Amino acid sequence: MDSGYIAQQLANGVILGSMYALVAIGFSMIYGIVRLINFAHGDIVMIGAFATLAFMETAGLPFPLVAFFVLLTGCSVGILIERISFRPMRGAPQVTGFIASLGISIMLQNLGILTLSAQPRNFSFPDYMQTLFQLGPVSFRVVDLIIILTAIFLMIALILLVKKTKLGIAMRATAENIDVARLMGININKTIMATFAIGSGLAGIAGLMWGGKFGQIDPLMGYIPGLKSFVAAVIGGVGSIPGAILGGFILGLAEVLFVGLLPPIYSSYRDAFVFGSLIIILIAMPNGLLGKNMEDRA
Amino acid sequence: MLIIEKIDVYRGKTHVLHQVDLHVGHGEIIALIGANGAGKTTTLKTISGLLRPEKGKILYSSRKGKTAVDISSMAPEQIVGAGISQCPEGRGIFSQLSVKENLLVGAYLRSDNEIEKDLQIVNKMFPILGERSNQAAGNLSGGEQMMLALGRSLMSRPKLLILDEPSLGLAPLIIETIFNMLLKINSQGVTILLVEQNAVMALELSHRAYVLETGSVALYGKSSDLALNPMVQKAYLGGE
Repeated sequence: MDSGYIAQQLANGVILGSMYALVAIGFSMIYGIVRLINFAHGDIVMIGAFATLAFMETAGLPFPLVAFFVLLTGCSVGILIERISFRPMRGAPQVTGFIASLGISIMLQNLGILTLSAQPRNFSFPDYMQTLFQLGPVSFRVVDLIIILTAIFLMIALILLVKKTKLGIAMRATAENIDVARLMGININKTIMATFAIGSGLAGIAGLMWGGKFGQIDPLMGYIPGLKSFVAAVIGGVGSIPGAILGGFILGLAEVLFVGLLPPIYSSYRDAFVFGSLIIILIAMPNGLLGKNMEDRA
Repeated sequence: MLIIEKIDVYRGKTHVLHQVDLHVGHGEIIALIGANGAGKTTTLKTISGLLRPEKGKILYSSRKGKTAVDISSMAPEQIVGAGISQCPEGRGIFSQLSVKENLLVGAYLRSDNEIEKDLQIVNKMFPILGERSNQAAGNLSGGEQMMLALGRSLMSRPKLLILDEPSLGLAPLIIETIFNMLLKINSQGVTILLVEQNAVMALELSHRAYVLETGSVALYGKSSDLALNPMVQKAYLGGE
């Protein structure tokens, strides 16, 4: 096992990790503001992937436009889900929202099977994106680089938005105390909607990346990445955006290294490894790596 | 400025306020006193739009001579926009936001270009807030948090400032500072409606007061008169 091989695995881990991180951010933001684990979040990844296919192959748009429209699709789906199913039950016990999100997830998956068929579809980015190039010992495809750079760009933009803008301050204030936020004149419905839009937009983009990276998409594809990103969000400390990013990269790297460095017979245990590591981290750090000890706002 | 007419308010199925009437005149300081569970906080939450009255009206006019509008069905953010700011019970500062961010949240609905100027004014009123501008608000002491909550409310440039138990959990010296500050704010033309457990101080500070008992107004009048009322003395001022 030479250093070139390890470097290549590390690079693969970073690519996978940046996709997990993008999805985990949405989980964390939505939990932070409405204390809801949105299990339909992973299915927005699937919708993003199919939207990419539609905008790229059917509509034949150039790539930057495709990415932009996929982002918008993710945002719209998030807004729709919030508006239709979560807003009417605001103030209901947590478990109600949790069950509803599971229901939406199952509905989206089956709607996908019904309208798009369960048959996996090939997904191919234009040729120039498949071009291989060497960076030291590591070989990249152009699409890999685009994944990493786009992910980093979006994360920085998001952190700036949450830290510096009026909307960001309103989001953090609402996450901390929804009633006081209203007393300060914050329109919490708009703020919560914006949070769903942003988180879901990022998940949509992750769907584009997922398709580009693995070359195949199907209506159930969002399930496992969704669960793993949820694990990443919990590892990082759910509710914390830097935590979600950190958790995403840690999980991506750990998963790739587990498969890449251990003998091949273990590689089918990769999912067991991911969920096992969640249990261990939670035993050691119940609030996750960067999570604050937040009391439940029941 | 504020005329509450016979409001009935429920929390869940519990009937909390029964036919409550309350008047606040322009420029007044009004105290609302009463025991725990009498409905003081419920009254304030209803004015701010967090709770809705089942019956009755809440008429509000921001200036003398301006026609009063019924705000009882408005959303909280519209009510803030109309000039009513509430400093909630327990202060409700955003502990993970910085001191400055807390103040900016107070100015959330404003889009004029004098926000920065008002920040300076608040920081001058409460120098500690200027010194700790970039620290997490959760690190402030109780008294400092009260100052922050007050400053945050002022950032919305309220016409009517509502305070829910500003003295809660504070040392006497700090309560005095806060109450002096309230007098100063009032002298600058801000009307104040104050809920207090500390009836002695509340009656000293206010022009008029209402005594709330189990969801109804039991007594009201000039604060100086109420302070001498035997029933008030017995129940709230610790006299015999």
